Amino acid sequence: MQEITVDATFENIELVTDFVNEVLESWDCPMKAQIQIDIAIDELFGNIARYAYAPGVGKATVRVELSEDENAAVVTFIDNGVAYDPLKKDDPDTTLSAEDRDVGGLGIFIVKKSMDDMVYSYEDGQNVLKITKKF
Amino acid sequence: MNITKNLDGQKLIMALEGRLDTSTAPEFDEELNSSLGGVTELVLDFSGLEYISSAGLRILLSAQKKMNKQGKMVITKANDTIKEVFEITGFIDILTIED
Repeated sequence: MQEITVDATFENIELVTDFVNEVLESWDCPMKAQIQIDIAIDELFGNIARYAYAPGVGKATVRVELSEDENAAVVTFIDNGVAYDPLKKDDPDTTLSAEDRDVGGLGIFIVKKSMDDMVYSYEDGQNVLKITKKF
Repeated sequence: MNITKNLDGQKLIMALEGRLDTSTAPEFDEELNSSLGGVTELVLDFSGLEYISSAGLRILLSAQKKMNKQGKMVITKANDTIKEVFEITGFIDILTIED
């Protein structure tokens, strides 16, 4: 298990992505799964940066580990910001025309659809969001 | 992210290279806003684009709405990961996607 703790800011998305990619590469994670995880980091870490401590700034931890059976990557996002369960949000209506479209909620929806599992819990004042991607 | 622009009359080709995500979307948005005056055909060449997140979709949606009023917009050479994001989100029905 490896983890990184940094200020939850947009500027740090790249740092976190590079850190996770390095770990994934050491496991020979297939490129497609890696890119889908990169997108998930942009969405989830981006949401923490945008909402968790607004209007201030706080820390977020991103942990990456191999699943017990060693056939999946498990990435966990932890912050101490305002309690927020992204899985409670209704899925967006993806059938609307361009004029009627609102892109709110699309990020979480992309992550839900591209990961194999996504679990949220609130523990000891922390948001813990765990995503699993099989290789 | 690198953006290369090529204006041929009223046709603008924009080639994107790298990642279109939270960090790079504002730059792409600015480029679009300053380039679309008088353009009737916008071609977005995604051959060098690695992936797109919802931050990028937001910009594509606003560009599509703008081009619906003044002409057309086409996305070319998107890779499979990007096409999958378009499919998941229903953007495949909003955008014009060519190989």
